[in-house]
Formats: sequence, structure tokens, C-alpha cells
Amino acid sequence: MSEVKKIATRESYGNALAELGKEAPDLVVLDADLAGATKTGVFKKAFPDRHIDCGIAECNMAGIAAGLSTCGKVPFMSSFAMFASGRAYEQVRNSIGYPHLNVKIGATHAGISVGEDGASHQCLEDLALMREIPGMVVINPSDDIEARAAVFAAYKHVGPVYMRFGRAAVPVINDRPDYKFEIGKGVLLREGRDVTLIATGLCVPEALAAADMLAEKGCDAEVINIHTIKPLDTELILQSAKKTGRVVTAEEHWIAGGLGSAVAEVLSENYPVKLTRIGINDTFGESGPAGELIKKYGLDAEGICKKVLE
Amino acid sequence: MNNEELKAKAREVRKGILTGTFHAKSGHPGGSLSAADIYTWLFFEEMKIDPKNPKDPDRDRFVLSKGHTAPGYYSVLANRGFFPVEDLKTLRHTGSYLQGHPDMKHIPGVDMSSGSLGQGLSAAVGMALAGKMDNKSYRVFALLGDGEIQEGQIWEAAMFAGFRKLDNLCVIVDNNNLQIDGPIDEVCSPYPIDEKFKAFNFEVINVADGNDFDQLRDAFEKARTVKGKPVAIIAKTVKGKGVSFMENQVGWHGKAPNEEEYNTAMAELD
Repeated sequence: MSEVKKIATRESYGNALAELGKEAPDLVVLDADLAGATKTGVFKKAFPDRHIDCGIAECNMAGIAAGLSTCGKVPFMSSFAMFASGRAYEQVRNSIGYPHLNVKIGATHAGISVGEDGASHQCLEDLALMREIPGMVVINPSDDIEARAAVFAAYKHVGPVYMRFGRAAVPVINDRPDYKFEIGKGVLLREGRDVTLIATGLCVPEALAAADMLAEKGCDAEVINIHTIKPLDTELILQSAKKTGRVVTAEEHWIAGGLGSAVAEVLSENYPVKLTRIGINDTFGESGPAGELIKKYGLDAEGICKKVLE
Repeated sequence: MNNEELKAKAREVRKGILTGTFHAKSGHPGGSLSAADIYTWLFFEEMKIDPKNPKDPDRDRFVLSKGHTAPGYYSVLANRGFFPVEDLKTLRHTGSYLQGHPDMKHIPGVDMSSGSLGQGLSAAVGMALAGKMDNKSYRVFALLGDGEIQEGQIWEAAMFAGFRKLDNLCVIVDNNNLQIDGPIDEVCSPYPIDEKFKAFNFEVINVADGNDFDQLRDAFEKARTVKGKPVAIIAKTVKGKGVSFMENQVGWHGKAPNEEEYNTAMAELD
């Protein structure tokens, strides 16, 4: 894997919006003073009249997005995951989720890979918060290609969608002609017999690399990319669990409430097998370069490999 | 409508409030009654709405930011013909479309779900912004509680509306001076309310008696002429207005009348 192209999914978000804006006149983008960081600045430059900066007021932004959507607009409200899902949680729940409004939430800077800004900005609970809202679609794309596809799919989907993007550049892994993105459909990336690695977001390329390491140790791992946390592709997960009899999940999120919990719910109710959840374990993050933190918290290929062999 | 006709409508709206909360055995009559005349003015006189076409994209919008006073909202919608007045008796009942707080998914004429205080104004601002973006002439009205404006999000929304010069937005504050825990100036005073909205670049219209149709008529007529900034009408009202034993009684904020109280109140309104 030499010279793999890397791009942060927040860049993909901004680029996809600018592209989608050409064919979608009802699309509007909202920001809370972070257009430079969320990368919606690209859209703003192309469509200044359809970019609305709400200032540092995420709760109001969620409400404005709700109001716009009742008048036929398709708002993409953008901020850091911490503020979009955390600060504005109740607004997203009551002003967007409860009336099931057609609002899309583009949440960037999710997870520990925020890096140097540290724990106050490292949102590790957004998947849990968002998947609790009835009718909310929750997507956590793994790379540039998937993030772009997610933006287009979210626009087409009628109803609220939460999209989780990262700050750090991640390898492009889905650059193949037969790649197809469908909300709610997991992607089987590698077939194996001994263990199923179910990963989401930036843990997907790490899980693929872990599978290579495991192969060297005689463990044949299956790798599944779950880009949609809700609705979850239970069929694919159960099918694989039945085949391998062991499941390991990996996510850049607290182990409670996110992908690991969602998979645990499905397995325990339908086909209990041994499950190991890899994520951040009930602790806040810290400052440091993204790569170092990913490694320190065991979310990299080596960490995943080690957990599988434990 | 002349004042006598409006007063007659307002009496029917008040009866609907009592009927709804009586049959629900819960709900919020106090703030519904204080705003009954404002509701009546808006839905019978001010707003361009059509009960036959509640989703008309060019209609005026209304957001009940103080969503707990849904009994008043539902009563005025029913009396205006959006759904049968008889249905008010199902308020808050299991399976009824008349949910405890406004539910836009199921109630004809409700433009925005609300109930969690502080959130409705932001949605109204979004509607007004959409109108400006699309060069539409509709107006957006948002009814706020005076206790509700203790919520910080109200001022986030007000800052945005003032900054964006949303002159298609008209905010009405139902200033009945009482919130659940007591008088608003004893709990956590939001006064001076008018000066606050002025500071957020609103045109402010004070109404000394928001239960008087002459004064409401003057205020809304003036509001219609304002260009270049949003309007805030601060209407002094009486909580529980129209039912003698409920007037200015904080205890009637969120309590339903029993049968005896219901009959007494209905007789007063006849």
C-alpha cells in the first residue's frame, strides 16, 4: 500500500455540496462560523446566495434549518460533530427529528482524530445520540468516495440524515468501478472464515490492514464496512456472524452506544456469538496528532489485530 | 370583522380551551386564555390562510413557540375551520391527533411542531428566510411566552432575524407576567423586553392591553407597514383572561378545570 491517496472526508463533504449545488437549486448550506473548517466554503464560493452563516449559534441553526425545510428547501446544516449532535441535540431531536423534517446534518471533526484540539472537541458520542432519534439516518463514511456518495444519497433521501465526517486525511479505499453506495447497505470488503471485522469510518482501512496482519498469523478475517449505522444492515452482519462465529467491531467512538452497541443488539437478539468491541472505552480524549491518538487508543491496524488475537 | 364579531369569536376560542383541557384533565389553560384574543386576531383577521388549503406554499405561517398553549392554538384552528370543533374534546387522548403540544405531522394548519421552549422562533426565522430567498410575499408570525424568552436560543434567533432584516417576520410576546414558578420578574426577570428586542434591531410595538381588539388592530396595522426590520409586538395580557377565577392566578398555568369549575367558566363565557 504505497502512495495511497489521502483526503479528509470533511473535504469530500464540501466538494460534494458544491457539485450537488449545480443540479439541486433547493439545496442550502448552513454554517455556524466554521465554513472554513467544515469545508463548506467551497459551496459558499460557488453559491453565495445559498450559503447561510448563522454565527456561533448551533441551536438556532438547527431551528432555522427546520424552518427552511418546511418551506421546501433542503438544508445541510454544518458544524463540528460536538456541536451539531451535542450542543444542538435537543433542537435536532425536537425541531428536526420529531417532525421528521428533511434536514441534513453534516458533522465534521468527529472522533478522536480531531487531534490537537483535545477532548472538548473530540465528539465520541454522536453516533449514540443520533441513532436514538426515531427516523434519523446515521451515516459514517470511510473515505472520500463514500463521503461524496453519502452526500448525494442524503440529498435524495426524504427525511433527516446525520453524516459524520473527519478532520484528518484518510486513505481512499473505495476507488473501484463497481463501488455502489446505498443507505443501509453494508459493504463486504474481504471474505474470510475465522472472524468478522465490522468497522466504520476511518477504522475501515485499519480493519483491512489488520486483516492482512491476521492472515500472516493464520487467521482468515472477513471485513465489513458499515457506513450506515442506522438503519443497520442486520442481514449482512448476521450472515457473516453465522459463517465465522466471532465478531469484532471497530469505531472511532465510545464503545457504548455506537456501532459496537448496535451490532451487539443485533447479535444478542438473533445469533449470539463472541463479540469484541473496539472503540474508546469510557474515557475522554486528549490532545495530540491524530495518527498518534488513533494508535494510542488502539484504533489502528495493530490495535485491532492485537484485540482479535487476545 | 368588527370588534363585536371578534369578541364573539374569542369567546368561542376560550370555550374551546376550557373544553379541551377539561376533557383532557390536563393542559395549559392560563397562557391559552391570555393569548386567546391574539389568536383570534391572527387567525380571523391578520393571516392569509385557507382552511381548505392548509399547505398552500404562499400562505402566511404561524409558529407557536410557547407550544404548551396548544389548547388555544387548536381551538382557534378548529373555530377557523381547519378541523371539527368537536374534536377538541379528544385533546391529549391516546390516539388523538391533538397532541399535548403542536404536532405538524398530524394537525391540519400547524406549520411547525413545538413545545420545547425557545425553539419555535428559530423555525419561524427559517421560514421567513426561505420567503426572502424565494421572493415570496408571505409573512411569518411567532407567538412567544414572556417566560419563554428566558431561553437563550430566543436571542440567537432574534440576533439573526435583526441582522438579516427579516421584515416578513412578526414576533408577538404574550406578556401575561406569570410563569410556572411565579411572576416572571421574581423568577428571572426578562424586563425590559421592549428594549431587548430594540437592541436586537427589531421594530418594537408595545401594546398596553393585548386583550383589547382596538389596541391589537392598531399594533398589527402598524406592524404591516414596517420595512427593513422584523417586528416585535409586546402585548401585555392577563393570564387566564375571560374566566374570573383563573385571571392572574399562576396556579392555572398547567391545571385543568374540574367539572364544577368547567361549568362555571363556560357559563361566564355565555
